[in-house]
Amino acid sequence: MVFAPKRQLGIVYAVGEEPAFGPGDRIRIAERRPVGHYRVPSYVRGKRGEVEVVIEPPAIDNEEEGFGRNAGVRRHYYRIAIPMIEIRPDYRGSRSDGLRIEVFESWLERV
Amino acid sequence: MSQTLHDHDHAHDHPAIEQAARPGYYEMLETAVRELLVEKKLIAADEIRRQIEVLDSRTPALGARIVARAWVDPDFRARLLADGRAACEECGISFYDDTSLIVVENTDKIHNLIVCTLCSCYPRPVLGLPPDWYKLKPYRARAVSDPRAVLAEFGTIIPDNIEVRVHDSTAMVRYLVLPKRPEGTENYAEEQLAALVTRDTMIGVAPAQIQGSAS
Repeated sequence: MVFAPKRQLGIVYAVGEEPAFGPGDRIRIAERRPVGHYRVPSYVRGKRGEVEVVIEPPAIDNEEEGFGRNAGVRRHYYRIAIPMIEIRPDYRGSRSDGLRIEVFESWLERV
Repeated sequence: MSQTLHDHDHAHDHPAIEQAARPGYYEMLETAVRELLVEKKLIAADEIRRQIEVLDSRTPALGARIVARAWVDPDFRARLLADGRAACEECGISFYDDTSLIVVENTDKIHNLIVCTLCSCYPRPVLGLPPDWYKLKPYRARAVSDPRAVLAEFGTIIPDNIEVRVHDSTAMVRYLVLPKRPEGTENYAEEQLAALVTRDTMIGVAPAQIQGSAS
Protein backbone atom coordinates (compact mmCIF):
# COMPACT_ATOMS: atom_id res chain seq x y z
CA MET A 1 0.00 0.00 0.00
CA VAL A 2 1.32 3.44 -0.88
CA PHE A 3 0.35 6.31 1.39
CA ALA A 4 0.23 9.96 0.45
CA PRO A 5 2.99 12.10 1.98
CA LYS A 6 2.37 12.39 5.73
CA ARG A 7 1.14 15.99 5.73
CA GLN A 8 -1.55 15.31 3.14
CA LEU A 9 -3.17 12.75 5.42
CA GLY A 10 -4.08 15.40 7.96
CA ILE A 11 -2.63 13.29 10.77
CA VAL A 12 -1.64 15.08 13.95
CA TYR A 13 1.43 13.61 15.61
CA ALA A 14 1.93 13.31 19.35
CA VAL A 15 4.40 15.64 21.04
CA GLY A 16 7.89 14.30 20.43
CA GLU A 17 6.70 11.66 17.97
CA GLU A 18 8.46 13.28 15.04
CA PRO A 19 12.11 14.36 15.20
CA ALA A 20 12.51 18.07 15.92
CA PHE A 21 15.64 18.33 13.79
CA GLY A 22 16.56 17.19 10.33
CA PRO A 23 19.75 16.72 8.33
CA GLY A 24 21.57 20.02 7.79
CA ASP A 25 20.03 21.78 10.81
CA ARG A 26 22.51 23.87 12.77
CA ILE A 27 22.51 22.95 16.46
CA ARG A 28 24.30 23.64 19.69
CA ILE A 29 24.82 20.91 22.28
CA ALA A 30 23.45 22.11 25.61
CA GLU A 31 25.94 23.46 28.12
CA ARG A 32 24.42 21.64 31.09
CA ARG A 33 26.45 20.11 33.88
CA PRO A 34 24.00 17.96 35.84
CA VAL A 35 25.42 15.79 38.61
CA GLY A 36 25.74 12.17 37.55
CA HIS A 37 26.78 10.17 34.53
CA TYR A 38 25.46 11.35 31.18
CA ARG A 39 26.31 10.05 27.74
CA VAL A 40 27.17 13.46 26.35
CA PRO A 41 30.90 13.94 26.90
CA SER A 42 31.89 17.23 28.55
CA TYR A 43 34.15 18.23 25.68
CA VAL A 44 31.21 18.64 23.27
CA ARG A 45 28.85 20.49 25.62
CA GLY A 46 28.24 24.02 24.40
CA LYS A 47 29.74 23.22 20.98
CA ARG A 48 28.04 24.00 17.69
CA GLY A 49 27.54 21.54 14.90
CA GLU A 50 25.17 20.22 12.35
CA VAL A 51 22.70 17.34 12.22
CA GLU A 52 24.03 14.79 9.76
CA VAL A 53 21.52 11.98 10.20
CA VAL A 54 18.42 11.26 12.25
CA ILE A 55 19.09 7.79 13.63
CA GLU A 56 16.03 5.60 13.25
CA PRO A 57 14.19 4.22 15.06
CA PRO A 58 14.10 6.46 18.16
CA ALA A 59 16.08 4.86 20.98
CA ILE A 60 15.37 4.28 24.63
CA ASP A 61 16.72 7.27 26.53
CA ASN A 62 19.37 5.43 28.48
CA GLU A 63 20.27 8.52 30.50
CA GLU A 64 16.78 8.74 31.98
CA GLU A 65 16.68 4.96 32.20
CA GLY A 66 19.97 4.96 34.11
CA PHE A 67 18.42 7.16 36.78
CA GLY A 68 15.22 5.12 36.92
CA ARG A 69 13.10 7.87 35.39
CA ASN A 70 10.77 7.49 32.42
CA ALA A 71 11.99 3.96 31.96
CA GLY A 72 11.38 2.76 28.45
CA VAL A 73 10.71 6.19 26.94
CA ARG A 74 12.13 6.55 23.46
CA ARG A 75 13.72 9.72 22.22
CA HIS A 76 15.02 10.90 18.91
CA TYR A 77 18.70 10.43 18.49
CA TYR A 78 20.95 12.22 16.03
CA ARG A 79 24.33 11.85 14.47
CA ILE A 80 25.97 15.25 14.88
CA ALA A 81 28.92 16.60 12.90
CA ILE A 82 31.23 19.01 14.71
CA PRO A 83 34.38 20.51 13.18
CA MET A 84 37.55 19.74 15.17
CA ILE A 85 38.36 23.44 15.20
CA GLU A 86 35.09 24.02 17.10
CA ILE A 87 36.13 21.48 19.72
CA ARG A 88 39.62 22.89 20.10
CA PRO A 89 40.32 26.40 18.81
CA ASP A 90 44.04 25.49 18.80
CA TYR A 91 43.43 22.32 16.74
CA ARG A 92 46.55 21.48 14.78
CA GLY A 93 45.22 19.34 11.96
CA SER A 94 43.41 20.12 8.74
CA ARG A 95 40.47 22.57 8.84
CA SER A 96 38.22 19.95 7.33
CA ASP A 97 38.81 17.42 10.15
CA GLY A 98 35.73 16.66 12.16
CA LEU A 99 33.95 14.64 14.80
CA ARG A 100 30.80 12.53 14.53
CA ILE A 101 28.88 11.78 17.69
CA GLU A 102 25.37 10.62 18.61
CA VAL A 103 23.32 12.88 20.84
CA PHE A 104 19.75 12.65 22.14
CA GLU A 105 17.30 15.38 21.16
CA SER A 106 17.02 16.50 24.79
CA TRP A 107 20.58 17.86 24.56
CA LEU A 108 20.17 19.79 21.31
CA GLU A 109 19.36 23.47 20.90
CA ARG A 110 18.50 25.08 17.60
CA VAL A 111 20.95 27.75 16.48
CA MET B 1 55.70 -14.17 43.30
CA SER B 2 57.24 -17.58 43.90
CA GLN B 3 60.09 -18.55 41.65
CA THR B 4 59.82 -22.29 42.31
CA LEU B 5 59.53 -24.34 39.19
CA HIS B 6 56.98 -27.07 39.03
CA ASP B 7 56.94 -30.31 37.05
CA HIS B 8 54.84 -30.22 33.97
CA ASP B 9 54.70 -31.82 30.62
CA HIS B 10 55.08 -28.91 28.27
CA ALA B 11 58.33 -27.82 26.76
CA HIS B 12 59.47 -24.97 28.96
CA ASP B 13 59.76 -24.22 32.67
CA HIS B 14 58.19 -21.19 34.26
CA PRO B 15 57.43 -19.94 37.76
CA ALA B 16 54.35 -21.42 39.40
CA ILE B 17 51.23 -19.55 38.37
CA GLU B 18 49.63 -18.42 41.58
CA GLN B 19 47.73 -15.52 42.99
CA ALA B 20 49.93 -13.61 45.42
CA ALA B 21 48.07 -10.33 45.97
CA ARG B 22 44.65 -9.90 47.56
CA PRO B 23 41.92 -9.25 45.02
CA GLY B 24 41.29 -5.55 44.47
CA TYR B 25 38.23 -3.61 45.61
CA TYR B 26 36.33 -3.90 42.33
CA GLU B 27 37.22 -7.55 41.92
CA MET B 28 35.73 -8.28 45.33
CA LEU B 29 32.71 -6.10 44.57
CA GLU B 30 32.12 -8.00 41.31
CA THR B 31 32.39 -11.36 43.08
CA ALA B 32 30.01 -10.25 45.84
CA VAL B 33 27.39 -8.87 43.43
CA ARG B 34 27.65 -11.88 41.14
CA GLU B 35 27.28 -14.35 44.01
CA LEU B 36 24.29 -12.42 45.36
CA LEU B 37 22.58 -12.37 41.96
CA VAL B 38 23.12 -16.10 41.56
CA GLU B 39 21.96 -16.79 45.13
CA LYS B 40 18.78 -14.76 44.54
CA LYS B 41 18.29 -16.71 41.30
CA LEU B 42 18.21 -13.53 39.21
CA ILE B 43 20.87 -14.99 36.96
CA ALA B 44 22.36 -18.46 36.79
CA ALA B 45 26.08 -19.23 36.90
CA ASP B 46 25.63 -20.99 33.58
CA GLU B 47 24.34 -17.77 31.98
CA ILE B 48 27.54 -15.94 32.93
CA ARG B 49 29.66 -18.73 31.51
CA ARG B 50 27.56 -18.74 28.35
CA GLN B 51 27.99 -14.99 27.89
CA ILE B 52 31.76 -15.36 28.19
CA GLU B 53 31.56 -17.99 25.46
CA VAL B 54 29.58 -15.53 23.33
CA LEU B 55 32.29 -12.89 23.77
CA ASP B 56 35.10 -15.36 23.12
CA SER B 57 33.45 -16.40 19.85
CA ARG B 58 33.74 -12.84 18.49
CA THR B 59 37.14 -11.94 17.08
CA PRO B 60 38.53 -9.56 14.45
CA ALA B 61 38.41 -12.50 12.01
CA LEU B 62 34.65 -11.93 11.73
CA GLY B 63 35.11 -8.26 10.90
CA ALA B 64 37.82 -9.17 8.40
CA ARG B 65 35.42 -11.47 6.55
CA ILE B 66 32.84 -8.69 6.40
CA VAL B 67 35.39 -6.23 5.00
CA ALA B 68 36.69 -8.71 2.43
CA ARG B 69 33.13 -9.46 1.30
CA ALA B 70 32.48 -5.74 0.91
CA TRP B 71 35.65 -5.39 -1.19
CA VAL B 72 34.61 -8.10 -3.65
CA ASP B 73 30.83 -7.63 -3.70
CA PRO B 74 29.61 -4.08 -4.49
CA ASP B 75 26.00 -4.93 -3.61
CA PHE B 76 27.03 -6.21 -0.20
CA ARG B 77 29.21 -3.14 0.29
CA ALA B 78 26.21 -0.91 -0.40
CA ARG B 79 24.06 -2.84 2.07
CA LEU B 80 26.85 -2.73 4.68
CA LEU B 81 27.20 1.04 4.40
CA ALA B 82 23.42 1.53 4.48
CA ASP B 83 22.85 -0.65 7.57
CA GLY B 84 25.92 -2.26 9.11
CA ARG B 85 24.01 -4.41 11.52
CA ALA B 86 21.61 -5.84 8.94
CA ALA B 87 24.48 -6.69 6.59
CA CYS B 88 26.40 -8.46 9.37
CA GLU B 89 23.28 -10.32 10.47
CA GLU B 90 22.86 -11.45 6.89
CA CYS B 91 26.27 -13.17 7.36
CA GLY B 92 25.12 -14.83 10.56
CA ILE B 93 26.71 -12.39 13.03
CA SER B 94 24.22 -11.69 15.81
CA PHE B 95 24.07 -8.46 17.79
CA TYR B 96 23.60 -9.89 21.25
CA ASP B 97 24.02 -6.43 22.82
CA ASP B 98 21.30 -4.85 20.62
CA THR B 99 23.61 -2.11 19.40
CA SER B 100 23.39 -0.67 15.91
CA LEU B 101 26.40 -0.56 13.64
CA ILE B 102 27.47 2.27 11.40
CA VAL B 103 30.16 1.26 8.93
CA VAL B 104 32.32 4.17 7.81
CA GLU B 105 34.35 3.86 4.65
CA ASN B 106 37.90 5.11 4.22
CA THR B 107 38.35 6.73 0.84
CA ASP B 108 40.88 8.91 -0.99
CA LYS B 109 39.26 11.89 0.74
CA ILE B 110 38.29 10.67 4.22
CA HIS B 111 40.10 8.71 6.92
CA ASN B 112 37.93 7.43 9.77
CA LEU B 113 38.98 6.72 13.34
CA ILE B 114 36.90 5.17 16.13
CA VAL B 115 36.99 5.99 19.82
CA CYS B 116 34.76 5.86 22.87
CA THR B 117 35.78 8.81 25.01
CA LEU B 118 33.37 7.87 27.83
CA CYS B 119 34.36 4.22 28.30
CA SER B 120 35.01 1.35 25.91
CA CYS B 121 32.07 1.12 23.47
CA TYR B 122 33.34 -1.07 20.65
CA PRO B 123 31.77 -3.19 17.91
CA ARG B 124 32.12 -6.31 20.05
CA PRO B 125 29.63 -8.44 18.09
CA VAL B 126 31.94 -8.15 15.05
CA LEU B 127 35.41 -7.62 16.58
CA GLY B 128 35.30 -9.14 20.06
CA LEU B 129 36.95 -7.41 23.00
CA PRO B 130 38.79 -4.13 22.40
CA PRO B 131 42.57 -3.85 22.85
CA ASP B 132 43.76 -2.42 26.17
CA TRP B 133 44.99 0.84 24.64
CA TYR B 134 41.51 1.51 23.28
CA LYS B 135 40.18 1.58 26.85
CA LEU B 136 42.92 3.75 28.33
CA LYS B 137 42.57 7.48 28.84
CA PRO B 138 45.50 8.65 26.69
CA TYR B 139 43.94 7.18 23.53
CA ARG B 140 40.41 8.21 24.47
CA ALA B 141 41.33 11.82 25.21
CA ARG B 142 43.81 12.35 22.39
CA ALA B 143 41.78 10.68 19.62
CA VAL B 144 39.37 13.62 19.77
CA SER B 145 41.88 16.37 20.50
CA ASP B 146 44.87 15.45 18.35
CA PRO B 147 43.86 12.53 16.13
CA ARG B 148 46.60 13.05 13.55
CA ALA B 149 49.29 12.75 16.23
CA VAL B 150 47.65 9.59 17.57
CA LEU B 151 47.54 8.12 14.06
CA ALA B 152 51.19 9.05 13.50
CA GLU B 153 52.13 7.13 16.66
CA PHE B 154 50.55 4.07 15.03
CA GLY B 155 52.69 4.77 11.98
CA THR B 156 49.78 6.16 10.01
CA ILE B 157 50.52 9.53 8.45
CA ILE B 158 47.46 11.14 6.92
CA PRO B 159 48.16 13.86 4.31
CA ASP B 160 46.54 17.23 5.03
CA ASN B 161 44.27 17.00 1.99
CA ILE B 162 42.54 13.96 3.50
CA GLU B 163 39.87 14.71 6.08
CA VAL B 164 40.26 12.93 9.40
CA ARG B 165 36.86 12.02 10.80
CA VAL B 166 36.72 10.79 14.39
CA HIS B 167 33.68 8.84 15.55
CA ASP B 168 32.91 8.91 19.26
CA SER B 169 30.55 6.08 20.30
CA THR B 170 28.45 7.27 23.18
CA ALA B 171 25.65 4.83 23.76
CA MET B 172 23.78 2.66 21.29
CA VAL B 173 25.74 3.09 18.08
CA ARG B 174 28.94 1.23 17.31
CA TYR B 175 31.32 1.92 14.46
CA LEU B 176 33.39 -0.22 12.15
CA VAL B 177 35.88 1.21 9.68
CA LEU B 178 35.79 -0.23 6.19
CA PRO B 179 39.47 0.21 5.24
CA LYS B 180 40.63 0.90 1.71
CA ARG B 181 41.42 -2.17 -0.33
CA PRO B 182 45.19 -2.22 -0.85
CA GLU B 183 46.50 -1.70 -4.35
CA GLY B 184 47.92 -4.79 -5.98
CA THR B 185 45.21 -7.08 -4.62
CA GLU B 186 43.06 -7.13 -7.75
CA ASN B 187 43.60 -10.87 -8.19
CA TYR B 188 43.22 -11.83 -4.53
CA ALA B 189 40.46 -14.19 -3.54
CA GLU B 190 38.07 -13.13 -0.78
CA GLU B 191 39.88 -15.32 1.76
CA GLN B 192 43.28 -13.84 0.88
CA LEU B 193 41.83 -10.35 1.23
CA ALA B 194 40.41 -11.16 4.66
CA ALA B 195 43.93 -12.09 5.82
CA LEU B 196 45.03 -8.48 5.16
CA VAL B 197 42.33 -7.01 7.40
CA THR B 198 43.56 -6.64 10.97
CA ARG B 199 41.76 -5.35 14.04
CA ASP B 200 43.65 -2.04 13.87
CA THR B 201 42.54 -1.42 10.28
CA MET B 202 38.90 -1.70 11.40
CA ILE B 203 39.42 0.75 14.29
CA GLY B 204 41.05 3.07 11.79
CA VAL B 205 44.53 3.38 13.31
CA ALA B 206 46.23 1.59 10.41
CA PRO B 207 45.65 0.98 6.71
CA ALA B 208 45.13 -2.50 5.32
CA GLN B 209 48.25 -3.51 3.44
CA ILE B 210 49.87 -6.45 1.78
CA GLN B 211 52.06 -8.15 4.36
CA GLY B 212 55.66 -7.09 4.15
CA SER B 213 54.85 -3.94 2.21
CA ALA B 214 55.49 -0.66 3.96
CA SER B 215 53.46 2.04 2.33
